[in-house]
Amino acid sequence: MRSAILAALLLAAAPAMASDAGLVKVSKGSVQIKRAGATIAAPVGTVVQTSDVIVTGADGSAGITFTDNSLVSVGPGSVFAIDKYRFDTTTHAGEFEGNLKQGKLAAVSGKMVKQSPESMKIRTPSAVMGVRGTEFVVQVDEPAKN
Amino acid sequence: MRFAAASIAAALLAAGCAAPRPSLFAVIPDQSDGHIGTIVVEANGEKRVVHAAYGAQRILADGSVVSEQLDAKKVREEFGPTLKALPPPPRTFTLYFLLDSDELTPDSAAELQKVFAELKRRPLPDIMVIGHTDTRGGLSYNDQLSKARAERMREMLIGLGIPAQRIQAAGRGKRELLIQTEDSVDEPRNRRVEISVR
Repeated sequence: MRSAILAALLLAAAPAMASDAGLVKVSKGSVQIKRAGATIAAPVGTVVQTSDVIVTGADGSAGITFTDNSLVSVGPGSVFAIDKYRFDTTTHAGEFEGNLKQGKLAAVSGKMVKQSPESMKIRTPSAVMGVRGTEFVVQVDEPAKN
Repeated sequence: MRFAAASIAAALLAAGCAAPRPSLFAVIPDQSDGHIGTIVVEANGEKRVVHAAYGAQRILADGSVVSEQLDAKKVREEFGPTLKALPPPPRTFTLYFLLDSDELTPDSAAELQKVFAELKRRPLPDIMVIGHTDTRGGLSYNDQLSKARAERMREMLIGLGIPAQRIQAAGRGKRELLIQTEDSVDEPRNRRVEISVR
């Protein structure tokens, strides 16, 4: 009985592949992914891949768990590109390059950064941050402000 | 080489001029354990290390970089909905097998019940099973052995009703010892499988 309920819960998701970067675990309001020229809706369970661009509306926010256990959330009115993601589950070697073009982001680094500090980088239009661990926030303002 | 470095710097400079968008980077205490982390912010050809709760670097529209001290209230005001969207941290359970057996130790069988309880608490759980070995034998031998152990646990979880596509298996060999030992030491506590629910 318990197994049946669990199976139903788990089957709702798309299959996970070793090459996937992560999985959308939280999706509120308008959340979309731009992938290879197309724009797709990104409800909970959507697989996230390298080169995906996460776009949230004014009412949107999204949370992603990556394969190295790093956690990234994107706030309302944001554009976040996953420029590079690679993680070796045996050696824990990898690289994660994210690009916050607009809006807000919060993150907790994972196993990759534990293994090699600054293997995770977050870029904005005006700076680049190396992550040595663990939790941080990033914001990009509109050019008109400030 | 020098040419490459110079052209990268020029490109960065050009990008900075074309899009002078202010940004902010801040360290916040880890929500699960309060740990204060470290970030390194590089802007305007300058690197700054931040290692303090709510410590921040702000890049202004003119490209200049200023240090700032935020607080919990300010971060909550600015990042409330963003922080709320962070997925819950993965939870890890460690299980041991009886010697030369596919059967779990009694303690581990109880621990497996906790894994199922955790799965039910999450909206869309997935599982990473990670095998570990003790230090007897070479690196690649142990990589294979630990992967085999993880695969065995994965099969067990599938047998208990968890869909195969939601479970991945990996082997860490002898790279992540629970009990630190010299090389070639028989240590049952290192022969384990971790189940990470996320």
